[in-house]
Amino acid sequence: MTLQEIIAKLNLTVLTTPRDFSTVTPQGGYASDLLSCVMAGAQPDNVWVTLQAHMNVVAVAALREVAAVIITENAQPEPDVIAKANDQNVTLLSTSAPSYEVVGRLWEMGIR
Amino acid sequence: MSNTIQEEFGRKGRPITDVDAQEITRIEELSYDLRIFEVMSREVFSLSSKQTMRDVIDLLRIRRISGAPVVDDGELVGVISTEDLMRALTQNDLESPIRKYMAVNVITVKSYEPVVKALETFTRTNIGRLPVTNENDELVGMITKGDITRGVLVAIRKDYKEEEIRRYRVRHLFEDITSDRTSLTLRYKIKPRDFVNGGQASSHIKRAMLRLGATAQLARQCGIAVYEAEMNLIIHTTNGGILRVQIEPHRILMQTTDDGPGIPDVNKALQPGWSTAPQEARSMGFGAGMGLVNIKSCVDKMEIFSGAGKGTRLMMEIHLRPNEKFMASTEGTQKPGI
Repeated sequence: MTLQEIIAKLNLTVLTTPRDFSTVTPQGGYASDLLSCVMAGAQPDNVWVTLQAHMNVVAVAALREVAAVIITENAQPEPDVIAKANDQNVTLLSTSAPSYEVVGRLWEMGIR
Repeated sequence: MSNTIQEEFGRKGRPITDVDAQEITRIEELSYDLRIFEVMSREVFSLSSKQTMRDVIDLLRIRRISGAPVVDDGELVGVISTEDLMRALTQNDLESPIRKYMAVNVITVKSYEPVVKALETFTRTNIGRLPVTNENDELVGMITKGDITRGVLVAIRKDYKEEEIRRYRVRHLFEDITSDRTSLTLRYKIKPRDFVNGGQASSHIKRAMLRLGATAQLARQCGIAVYEAEMNLIIHTTNGGILRVQIEPHRILMQTTDDGPGIPDVNKALQPGWSTAPQEARSMGFGAGMGLVNIKSCVDKMEIFSGAGKGTRLMMEIHLRPNEKFMASTEGTQKPGI
């Protein structure tokens, strides 16, 4: 399952500059709003589901090399957060759905 | 970037200051660096104003484009687009000359202008294709958002290659240095409550290690450890602190020092889930009480020297396994444990 398909199926909004998401294949995922837990638990190429939308999400995502961050419940990152994410090659996606639902649907789609 | 461009196209309508410049992403920077002639399509399919709207259909269909400039005797006199074509179609007026339907107030950009000028014009006018003229007002090309995206991607790929070359050079720098013990020290000043820049030092350290030839796994491990340490300085210290990373052939030493407020009970601080983070930090997802636990799992040795009312010194050390060694090729530096 490519990131492109995930974006289409979950109807996610791409907040950062779009790139060729059909070449990105996320391997599993991680869900938490506690950054230290993400630091410890997320693996490279995971999708990370969170409702945090501030600058440090980008730092953690870049250091952990996650495939994409799905920001839930319409939490809106500030423009400078998005600019930073572009700079660090971090993909930020957004949805109005809550984390619980997003994780459930990702699991159903085989992102495990 | 020349000064004139900075002044002309500063993001907030004023010259770009040093602070702004730091925040500009590479893509934004490229839109200032790249010139329109570097990304535009040079193959221009133009029509004459005397040709018919039916000719427009043929051209747009065959060339798969959505508009074309109209040129009479070498002079750009208008542009014709699918929208104009639709107007002619609804009037059933395909045999009329293009002159009747074309837009005459043609907005153009200059080939020597930076790409950002075209982007700005796209946004301001909602036009998707712009004719490009040279200093003599002659039509030399067309530019679309697609051209810009392609141009930026090519430039970024070039960046990537340059990064590879840089890594190669840095790696070999150390091969040329002979000493009994070579080490490289990176030092960062971390300000208290500076959440916006939190993780900056860690990502610089990680990048430096990759450039030096460290394995991705090792760079990640160090990244995690110093990130947690960096955030501790931001969240907890009174006056911030210093983050220092010493890269040696056989080990990586990472250390933070600060001058307070100190940890009253270090053993408690080491318990998973125990945190003293203030509400401000917790609302951002810090304060899980896992920072030191994470560090411990990433390093071979961790020591904390602290006490209530004193400063804190956190020492972290990773011993490099044989397959993890880098920046070590001269004889002197290869002797283990010197």
